[in-house]
Amino acid sequence: MQFIVVFRVLGLLLMVFGLTFIPPWLVGLMMGDADLRPFEYSFLITFVLGLLIWLPLRKYRRELKLRDGLLIVVLFWVVLGLMGAVPIYLQTELHVSFSQAVFESVSGITTTGSTVLVGLDTLPKSLLFYRQQLQWLGGLGIIVLVVAFMPLLGVGGMQLYKSEISGPMKDERLSGRISETAKALWLVYVGLTIVCTLAFKLEGMSWFDAVGHAFATISTGGFSTHDDSLGYFHSFPIELTTVVFMILGATPMALHYLVLRHASFRAYGKSSEFKFFLLILALFFGLIVLTVILSRPATEWLWGVRWGLFTLVSMITTTGFTLTGSTPWPVFLPVFILATALIGGCAGSTAGGLKNVRLLLLTRQGLNELRKLVHPHAEFVVKLSGRGISPTVISAVWAFFAAYVFVFVVIFFLMMATGLDVVSAFGGAIGTLTSAGPGLGSVATTFSQASTGTLWVGTISMLLGRLEIFTVFVLFLPMFWRR
Amino acid sequence: MKIIILGAGQVGSSLATVLSHETRNSVTVVDTDASALSRLQERLDIRTVQGYGAQPSVLGEAGAADADVLIAVTSADDTNMLACEVAWVLYRTPTKIARIRVSDFLDHPALFDNNAIPVDYMISPERLIKDYIVRLIEYPDALQVRDFADGKLRLIGMRADADGPLVGQPIHYLAALLPDVEARVAAIFRRDTPLHPDGATVIEADDEVFFLARTEDIRKVMSVMRRLDRPYRRIMIAGGGNIGGGLAAALESRFQVKLISNNPEKARKLSADLDHTIVLTGSATDSELLIEENIEDMDVFLALTNDDEDNILAAMLAKRLGARKVMCIVNRSEYVDLIHMGTIDIALSPHNITIGSLITRLRRGDVVSVHSLRRGAAEAMEIIARGDANTSQVVGRRVDALKLPPGTTIGALLREGRVLIAHNNTVIEADDHVILFLTDKRHVRDIEQLFTVRFGFF
Repeated sequence: MQFIVVFRVLGLLLMVFGLTFIPPWLVGLMMGDADLRPFEYSFLITFVLGLLIWLPLRKYRRELKLRDGLLIVVLFWVVLGLMGAVPIYLQTELHVSFSQAVFESVSGITTTGSTVLVGLDTLPKSLLFYRQQLQWLGGLGIIVLVVAFMPLLGVGGMQLYKSEISGPMKDERLSGRISETAKALWLVYVGLTIVCTLAFKLEGMSWFDAVGHAFATISTGGFSTHDDSLGYFHSFPIELTTVVFMILGATPMALHYLVLRHASFRAYGKSSEFKFFLLILALFFGLIVLTVILSRPATEWLWGVRWGLFTLVSMITTTGFTLTGSTPWPVFLPVFILATALIGGCAGSTAGGLKNVRLLLLTRQGLNELRKLVHPHAEFVVKLSGRGISPTVISAVWAFFAAYVFVFVVIFFLMMATGLDVVSAFGGAIGTLTSAGPGLGSVATTFSQASTGTLWVGTISMLLGRLEIFTVFVLFLPMFWRR
Repeated sequence: MKIIILGAGQVGSSLATVLSHETRNSVTVVDTDASALSRLQERLDIRTVQGYGAQPSVLGEAGAADADVLIAVTSADDTNMLACEVAWVLYRTPTKIARIRVSDFLDHPALFDNNAIPVDYMISPERLIKDYIVRLIEYPDALQVRDFADGKLRLIGMRADADGPLVGQPIHYLAALLPDVEARVAAIFRRDTPLHPDGATVIEADDEVFFLARTEDIRKVMSVMRRLDRPYRRIMIAGGGNIGGGLAAALESRFQVKLISNNPEKARKLSADLDHTIVLTGSATDSELLIEENIEDMDVFLALTNDDEDNILAAMLAKRLGARKVMCIVNRSEYVDLIHMGTIDIALSPHNITIGSLITRLRRGDVVSVHSLRRGAAEAMEIIARGDANTSQVVGRRVDALKLPPGTTIGALLREGRVLIAHNNTVIEADDHVILFLTDKRHVRDIEQLFTVRFGFF
C-alpha cells in the first residue's frame, strides 16, 4: 500500500471538493441569505485540510496501483460525507446533531434523498441549493469528474474511475483515454441537466427550483427544495418531464453519448439492458394500472395512473421524489413500488439498486439452466447485446447478488435493533441501500425522528449501496493490507 | 498457360491434379511443407518450390515474372492476399486468385482492386459449400441445385418417381401440364447412362432428370417429376467448423437447427455467435447423444466434420436411427461412389464444388460459370457468345443449326438480363449468355472452341 500516494490524491480531491462550497455561497449571496458563514468556514476547513495533506506530499509521484485506487475511493467517499456535513452542522437554526448532519450529507452525495430536515420551504436558499448540488456531484461521481478534467492522476485514474462507476462490466470505454471517456460522460450529464432545467423553467418553476430539481432528477437523487417534494407544484407537465428525465438519468450515460455522436437512436435499440429496463417499466406500470382499476372507483383511475407512473419511475430509478404524503393505496402497491428500487436503473447510470443488467444476466443464466435440463449436452452461453458473456462475469454477478441480499438482511435487522418497527426497518433498508430515499412507516418521508443508531446504520447502508458493496468490503480483507 | 499454385493442401493439390492434366498448362506448386510437395511431384507432372509463398524471392523462383495466373490457396487469408499483392507489384501477374475464408473480407468487395488489394477473383470454399447445402435444403427433393445467371435460373437434378404426373409421359407433355411455365429438360440419366432427350423421350420412374427453369418456377416443375416431400423443419449438423457454423447461421432463422461439436471450447464460441441454434458438445457418432436429441425427428442430418470416415459413419448411424435424409461431406473421391450405393442420401464433395468455380476463372474466353455434376462426370456451363455472324460460329444461328458435340444440350439464354428458355428455333444473338449441359466432360474443349471468335475473314 502506498499511503503517501493515497494521501496525496486524497488531499487533492479534498481541495477540489472545497471549491464546491463556493456556488451555494454565491446563491446565498444573490438570494439574500442572512448567514453565509457556514459555507465560508466549510470552505476554509476543507480546502486548508486538503492543502495541508497535499502540500508536503506534492512532489511524491508514483503510479497508483489497483489497491491504492480502491482505498482512495472508499476513503474519499467517507471523508466527503464528513466534510459535506460541516455546512449543515454549522447552520445554527437547524439544531441538527452531528449524526443527522452526516446522514443528510451522505444521503445527498450518494443520491439517496432521505432527509432528516423538516420545514424545507423556510430554510436558507444557500443550504437548499447545497443539498441539490451534493446530489448532482454524487450522481455521476465526483471522482469521475476529477479524472475527466485533471489528467494528473495518470493511468491510476482508470482504477478510480472503475471503482466509482456502477455495473458488472466496467472495461468498456468510449475512447482510448480514460480522461476522455470520463469527460464525454460528464458532458452528456451536464447537457441533460441543462435541458432538464430549461424544461422545468418553461413549465413554470422559478430558476432556483428549476436548477435544483434538475440536479436531483438527472442524478436520480430525490432531494427537493419543498417538503411536499414534486407534489408541491401540482403540475402534470412537470411530473411528466420529471419522469422522462429520471429515466434518462437511469440510462447509461455512455448510451446517450453514442446516440448523440452517431445522431441515431440505434444505440438504444442495440442495448439489451436498456430494452430490458423499458420492458420491466412497462410491465410494472401495466400491473399498477390493472390494480388501480380493479380496486378503486372509476373517479380515481386517472389520478391513480398518474400517481402510479410517477411513483414507479421515481422508485425504480432510485430517485425518490414523491407526489402526496399518505394516500391509502391498494394494499400491496406501496410496498411493491418501493421494492422495484431493488432492481434499480442501468449500470453506468446515476441510479442505484442491483442494476438491470445484473437482473438480466441472472434471468438469462436461469433460463439456460432450465434449457440445460432439456438438453444436457448442449452448450448455452449468456448473451448481452449479441455478445457472449464470460462465465466469470456471471459468477461475479451471482456473488454480488448474494452479498446484496446478505447486506440487505443485516441492515434490516440493525434498523430494527436501533429502534424502528418492522415495516419502517424494511422501508428504511431498501431506501438507503438502493439510494432511493423514502421508506415506509415512520421513515416514509423523513428520518428526523430516527435514533442516532438508525442514522449511522443508514449512512453506512447508503455508502455500501453507492459503492456497490465489494469496493468497501475488500478493505476488510486481510489480504488487501498485506504487501 | 503458366500457373503458380500457393499451398499444397487439399484444395491446392486437387487443383494441381486437374490443371496439370490439361497438357497446355505448366503448373508450379509452392508450399513450406517439403514432404507434401514431394508427394505431389511423385504423381503429377509439375514443378515444386519450397518456401513461404508470399515472399518475393520465393515467388520469383516459382516464375512469377512470366506466370499467367497465381492461385493462392494456403490456409491463411493474409498470406494469400499478401502473395497477390507481391505478385502484382513486383511481377505484374495478370490474373490473381486468392482463397479468402473470413467472410468479413468477402463482404467488402471494394477492397479487392489492383489499386488496393490486387485480388482478381476470390474463392471461399467454405462459403461455396455452405451456399450449396442451403440450396439443397431449400429443395428437399433435389439431388443437385446449381445457379446460373446470378441466381435467376437454376439447374435441378432430381430422381423421378412413379407418382409424378409427367412420369411415363413424353417430355413435350410438360407444356400441357404446366402451360405457363417454361422449362427445359437438359439430360436424363437412366441407370447411370445418359440419354439424349428430345420432346418424345418418355420419362421413367427412377430416372435422374436434370432440368433448367426460372428460379420462381422450380417448385412447380419439380412437382410433376414426383410427389414432393414436405419441406424440412428440423436440421441437425455434426461439425462445428467453418462450414457447420456458417451453415447453422444461414439456416437458424428459418429452421430448427441443432449443431454437434466435439470441441467444448468451439461449442461455447458457436453458442455465443448463434442466436437460435442449440449447440451440443459430444461426438456425432455417439448414438446415445443422437437418440437423446431426437434424431428420429430430424428432417436432415448433415455430417460436416473434416474427417471423411467420421462423416460417413455418423451419417449412416443417423439414418439407421431414423433421420429422414442424411448428407455428408466426403473429400476422398474413392469413397463417393461407395456411398452412392449405400444408405447415405447425398454425398457432398467439396472439391467438385470448389474446383469447378476455380476452373471457371481459368477457362479461356468468356466462360461465366462451370459446375461439375454427377461427381464430375457431367458439366454445366454458362458461356458468353461474342462476335457477330461473320466471326462467330454461334451468333446469328438457330440452336438446332449449331454443330454441338454429342451429349450437349443448350438449355437457356440470358439476353440483356432476361432469361429465355432455348428452343430449336431460338436464334442466338451477340453477347447472349448461353447455358449448356454436357453429359460428357471431355467435350468441354470443343465447346470452348465453338464459342471462340475467329479473326481473319477478309
